[in-house]
Amino acid sequence: MATPVIGNATTTVVRQKRLSESYVGEWLMTTDHKLIGIMYIVTGFFFFLVGGMEALLIRTQLAAPDAHVLSPQTYNAIFTMHGTTMIFLFVIPVLTGFGNYIVPLMIGARDMAFPRLNAFGYWVLLFGGIFIQSSFLFGAPPDGGWFLYAPLNLTNAGCTVHATACTNGMNADFWALGVLMLGVSSIAGSVNFVVTILKLRAPGMSINRMPLFTWMVLVTSFLLLFALPSLTAAAGLLLLDRHAGTHFYQYAFGGDPLLWQHLFWSFGHPEVYILILPVFGMISEILPVFSHKPIFGYTFIAWSGVAIGFLSFTVWAHHMFAVGLPPIAQAFFATSTTLIAIPTAVKIFNWIATIFGGKISFKVPMLFALGFVAMFLIGGLNGAALAVVPFDYQVTDTYFVVAHLHYVLFGGTVFGVFAGTYYWFPKMTGKFLGERLGQVQFWLMLIGVNLTFFPMHILGLLGMPRRYYTYAGNLGWNELNLLASIGALTIGLAIMVFLYNVIVSLKNGQVAPDDPWDAFTLEWDTSSPPKKYNFLHIPVVRSRRPFYDKKYPEIADWKTVIH
Amino acid sequence: MRKPLFNGKTRWQVVVAGLLLGSFLLTACGENSPSILNTFGPVAASESFLFYVILIIATIIFVLVEGALIFSIIRYRERPGMPNPRQIHGNLRIEVLWTVIPSIILFIVLFFTIQGLVNVATQPTSSNTLEVRAVGHQWWWEFYYPKYNITTADELHAPVNTIVQVDLYSNNVIHSFWVPALTGKTDVIPGHNNMRWFKADATGTFLGECAEYCGAQHAHMAFHAVIQSSDDFNTWVSTQQQAAVTPSFALAAQGKQIFMGQCTGCHGIVGDNLKGYDDPQVKCNDPAIACLVGPNLTHFGARGLIAGGILTNNRDQCSPGADLLRRCHLAQWLKDPQGIKPGNDMVVNLTDDQIQALVAYLESLN
Repeated sequence: MATPVIGNATTTVVRQKRLSESYVGEWLMTTDHKLIGIMYIVTGFFFFLVGGMEALLIRTQLAAPDAHVLSPQTYNAIFTMHGTTMIFLFVIPVLTGFGNYIVPLMIGARDMAFPRLNAFGYWVLLFGGIFIQSSFLFGAPPDGGWFLYAPLNLTNAGCTVHATACTNGMNADFWALGVLMLGVSSIAGSVNFVVTILKLRAPGMSINRMPLFTWMVLVTSFLLLFALPSLTAAAGLLLLDRHAGTHFYQYAFGGDPLLWQHLFWSFGHPEVYILILPVFGMISEILPVFSHKPIFGYTFIAWSGVAIGFLSFTVWAHHMFAVGLPPIAQAFFATSTTLIAIPTAVKIFNWIATIFGGKISFKVPMLFALGFVAMFLIGGLNGAALAVVPFDYQVTDTYFVVAHLHYVLFGGTVFGVFAGTYYWFPKMTGKFLGERLGQVQFWLMLIGVNLTFFPMHILGLLGMPRRYYTYAGNLGWNELNLLASIGALTIGLAIMVFLYNVIVSLKNGQVAPDDPWDAFTLEWDTSSPPKKYNFLHIPVVRSRRPFYDKKYPEIADWKTVIH
Repeated sequence: MRKPLFNGKTRWQVVVAGLLLGSFLLTACGENSPSILNTFGPVAASESFLFYVILIIATIIFVLVEGALIFSIIRYRERPGMPNPRQIHGNLRIEVLWTVIPSIILFIVLFFTIQGLVNVATQPTSSNTLEVRAVGHQWWWEFYYPKYNITTADELHAPVNTIVQVDLYSNNVIHSFWVPALTGKTDVIPGHNNMRWFKADATGTFLGECAEYCGAQHAHMAFHAVIQSSDDFNTWVSTQQQAAVTPSFALAAQGKQIFMGQCTGCHGIVGDNLKGYDDPQVKCNDPAIACLVGPNLTHFGARGLIAGGILTNNRDQCSPGADLLRRCHLAQWLKDPQGIKPGNDMVVNLTDDQIQALVAYLESLN
């Protein structure tokens, strides 16, 4: 406060606090990658709870045969929204959030390349998410499955020659418009990641020295950039069909319902890898730190990620083996699916080799990372089984597929996300998450995931199709369904433990030092939580483990290995 | 699948108990299931054979890899005073090895895959082939036999040891034709007239299910594949070819009148409101011609299922009487189709007396 004297009058000039300087205003107006990252993660976890409650409703309905907890229409809306929420509003935002927070720190940058675009991406995502969920308030939640197949997604008039029960209400419009909004958000985020990672790395950090999490975020961003146009086109054509009287998906007027499936899955399969590749990256960061060893086969892990990225564009029709493609086409997609299993297997072997011969400390992040490897292997094996086309004819669209995708996305992605959460929480907040509660959560989740999803393999073999809102009691499916529902409750309990842990730890958690895990990468070379500017001096990188080098100069990597 | 067992005995006990419980459950369930492993024909058999191939391979890999994981976890756990491990960054030879070995295994599996694919795709040419047109409606199946010009619903009759060629047709949304015991799925897609063949080795009744999400009542779109000896099948065909019988008693005659008055908008009975059976694909593909919304009921009394399998047709419980609504599924269906199968197209408003008559008539049609 200065007291300038103007003429003979004395005035005191008080500088008013700006909105962006208040607590709430700062969050609303920030372009700091760390705050945006946290907002992404919190938003993602919020939708995780929403999607999780939907899952519990599904499992309640299916716990017993001929149950009447949900009406058929409600059940269909719930399973549609469960898939849509988990994929678009939980996994993608949470992984984007970790990328946002961690990548600039890892590569020694002060922020993302386009901070404003970054904030824009977040807000579009949030509003897109609220938009889709608000469909419940309008009594028109999407109910055509998260894949929303044509022609069921068309209006009754456009659906068939003899108008039947398709989607007359706004249900499909909510989905199509919402997904378009989320697509805008993902494109903004991906462009930002690509430029940040390619242009803003610290001096000395060649592509070949980037942390693997950064590698995988880069691959994922390219996947999103090339896969999303297909979804955008599919949703755009759908809106035209529904509202402008076109017939892209209407066979009676020369369109084709399969056009939707090809467009959707040529987005949808890269999407599957979009949901798991960043998690591969997290695991590749966490396993070495807690084994006190560098990652085994860095080059192979990085390039197998790239290989998966390319191959993921060639496998889409393995979702469509039953649609009646010519056998030669089916053989092609069986082959490409077989090929994509190879780099995935290479990754698993390298992870095990990383912990082999190490000194493993079983902190909670490590528990989840090891759980990830154990569960993801199952998801890989039953996935390879699904590539056996004739067997796929029998189990596609049954609970076998539900088991497979949940071993990948729950046993895989969610375990990985929790590994990452426990690992980086001290960096983000300056507090540890409670170790004891973390162990309880881990074991509950490990038991829960197997109790829920393992029986589903058998249900699939016993002929139980997906997306049935109820089933008869005499088909031998009762016990296994009950078991799965008990497992789902166990998972629910584990998530409650996690929430409690977060609240308690934020309040009274053990204060975390800057480098709580004796880690290797640059984000740990900052204060916990990092200052706004991240690094006072931009670090110079001489190997793949710059922070390790700095802590142990006498045995630094750059002295012993050349890369 | 199991993970750090570093706390000794109790966890082992949990694992063993869990596995035991699991195997009990496995033996307990599945007796009446439409299991894909309990096969009755060459198509399903070659599909389930591949399951066993992949199961064996996957189990071996599972045990080896999880074994390596658990071994490393136990062997290399941090112990007090343990020195820092050697900083190994990789080994090219091992990398090549474990890229090549899974590739070989996967290509062996791929060989089986493509072999099975061709097996299942190639329909054997045989003079003894029955052609059936399966039509997916929302939410029930109609079956039309072009050779015999007959239509039925909820039941696919076929003779044993015969190649059955199913032409799949839908004029509405996508469905998927599936009889786990006989064949895997083929989608029924508007504008794509897919085909599926199968052959049954044994007589019996097998559950068929719709396996592509098709709207509110996707869960209730079942049918029975009734595999008969060729004599029984021929008898069945000749019965089906006849028009509906004239009611032999007063209540049924009254029922016929109710049918003619209230039901013919959606349903048909050959001899009542229809002259003969129609090919649904011809009729339902033309926007100018009305195609029947509901099943053809000409020989309803002989069918085992009602309304896409949501109810069984318990004919022996359907003799007229005051407690008809308590016993007879058809009566319950006629009373409240929207309560039993919400969202379906059937809307009726019948008094209990009318239901008595209608049940008597429909169940007499066999």
